[in-house]
Amino acid sequence: MSVRPDTVAHPESAAHTDSLTDTETRTAASATFLTSLENRRVPRLGGFSVTLLRLELLRKLRNRRTLIFTMIMPAVFYLIFGLTNKGEMLGSTDAALYISVSLATYGAMIATTTGGAQVAIERALGWSRQLALTPLHPAAYILIKVIVSMALGAVSVIVVFVLAAVTGVHAPLGTLMASGLLVILTSGVFAAFGVMLGYLLPAENAIQVASMVLGILSLIGGLFVPLEIWPDTLQTIARFTPAYGVGEIVRAPLGGGYDHWAIVSVIVWLGIFVAGSAWALRRDTARV
Amino acid sequence: MTSQTATHTAPPTRTSAATPAAVSLNRLTKSFGELTAVDGLNLDIRPGEVVAFLGPNGAGKTTTIDMLLGLGRPDDGSVEIFGMPPRRAVALGLVSSVMQTGGLLDDLTVRETVDYTSAIFASSLDTDLVLERAGITDIADSVVKKCSGGQKQRLRFAMALLPDPALIVLDEPTTGMDVTGRRDFWHQMRADALTGKTILFATHYLEEADEFADRVVLVADGRVVADGPAHEIRGMTAAKTVSATLPMTDDTTESGVNDLLDRLGGLAGVESIDVAAKRLKMRTTDSDAAAKMLFENACTDLEITSHSLEDAFISLTSKGA
Repeated sequence: MSVRPDTVAHPESAAHTDSLTDTETRTAASATFLTSLENRRVPRLGGFSVTLLRLELLRKLRNRRTLIFTMIMPAVFYLIFGLTNKGEMLGSTDAALYISVSLATYGAMIATTTGGAQVAIERALGWSRQLALTPLHPAAYILIKVIVSMALGAVSVIVVFVLAAVTGVHAPLGTLMASGLLVILTSGVFAAFGVMLGYLLPAENAIQVASMVLGILSLIGGLFVPLEIWPDTLQTIARFTPAYGVGEIVRAPLGGGYDHWAIVSVIVWLGIFVAGSAWALRRDTARV
Repeated sequence: MTSQTATHTAPPTRTSAATPAAVSLNRLTKSFGELTAVDGLNLDIRPGEVVAFLGPNGAGKTTTIDMLLGLGRPDDGSVEIFGMPPRRAVALGLVSSVMQTGGLLDDLTVRETVDYTSAIFASSLDTDLVLERAGITDIADSVVKKCSGGQKQRLRFAMALLPDPALIVLDEPTTGMDVTGRRDFWHQMRADALTGKTILFATHYLEEADEFADRVVLVADGRVVADGPAHEIRGMTAAKTVSATLPMTDDTTESGVNDLLDRLGGLAGVESIDVAAKRLKMRTTDSDAAAKMLFENACTDLEITSHSLEDAFISLTSKGA
């Protein structure tokens, strides 16, 4: 057996020394240890901090695919579908404005869902397990993910709205602000949706599945095309999907009224996704 | 297999009232369906001990470590780290862990990864300090994705040092490293960064346990089967292996060899004799007597080897041995 000369505190190596000194040293060491124990604290807010927000945002901005999906795609869609319909009226609203709000919503949805679903990748990387060995509370971790995803969603809203303004689609600034804020707020529903998928699905397909589901929801929920083009049955089903509710709410500031049940729908979906995330998090085995 | 537990020669814990045990596992039990992974495991580790946790795959090492770190909940029994529940010890930064693989984000730099972890703890050591102690100051600005396996392991080590823990748990920390990498890693572990800390490491490499641990805890089938200093575990099977080449030339007949084998078998302390081709291999507790007889009977190329920890490991952990 090799005795490590540097482990002073080890009782067996200490046993060779004079026992009186030994006891004194150990008592002193214990006292020091207990004092240091009292000085140890648990972090506030479950470990939530600005540093984590900054680093998580940095990670987002480094990911080229995220940037393409959340900024370039909605912008390109706007140029293809929005701008070409400029001047046509949907009720009392310019179709291009209507479409730009829808596409901003779609961009924010993609940003938040994929942002939430990223926990699947982090689970596969063992990062979640690493975090389980720190005082970071799972709720703080998910909150950070949600805030960063919503921030990225906000960028996608700004990109589309700026593009709309530049291309001559006029709308009162207040209307755009109100609409934009509603987009960012309601995107929280999809952040929770993404987190839930991230804990339920394997890493390889969590994000693909999430994007696909979003595409379908947006299509039948009236984000890409007006709901009226679908058969009656599908229209009825569509009214129960989260994308429909969110779409109704974010377009409300444009005027022309909205379905009041949309608010109920969005709140119910938020509840379902948050509860689903909490459940999925609990059943998630620590070792992946 | 239960009677082999060597009591670790612990001096009476005079200061136990002042300092709680670093680790105290009491009748720890955990099953996964039909399989009992950990079966009433008892283990106490005093502050400052360096303990190797050895056992074959499926012995329950990882399950035990998971429960020790609060990542798994025991079905029965209790875990205490410095007298408190594991989650509490983790939250206070008293215990940290270096994992075998994973646990890193590819898209952050080395420094950012340390900053990230540092931000979570209520108080932690300075980022530059732990980078230096882990020997990765020079790669602080490299992206984790581009780091080598050894560099990543040092980064995990740096992260484990951050909360200035009193106990560090390493789950097979050098798996996948080459010999030089292993030596470098352990050199780091022996450096001042770990002075006075309690260390528990699981390992596949028996020489690591032999060389770096004060105490070796052998587990098999979810129980502790042996516990003591490395040399004591090795001594639990006192037999040595004696091997020699038999003199099978023209003037020695087949019956002459058989006669020799009979006489060797009659010696005190002989456990087994095997002959393969002309090479004889025997296990005996009295290697001197065997060697003398082999030498007197014109055997050549005599070799005597004492048992490695690995032999003890195999004989103690295999069922029905």
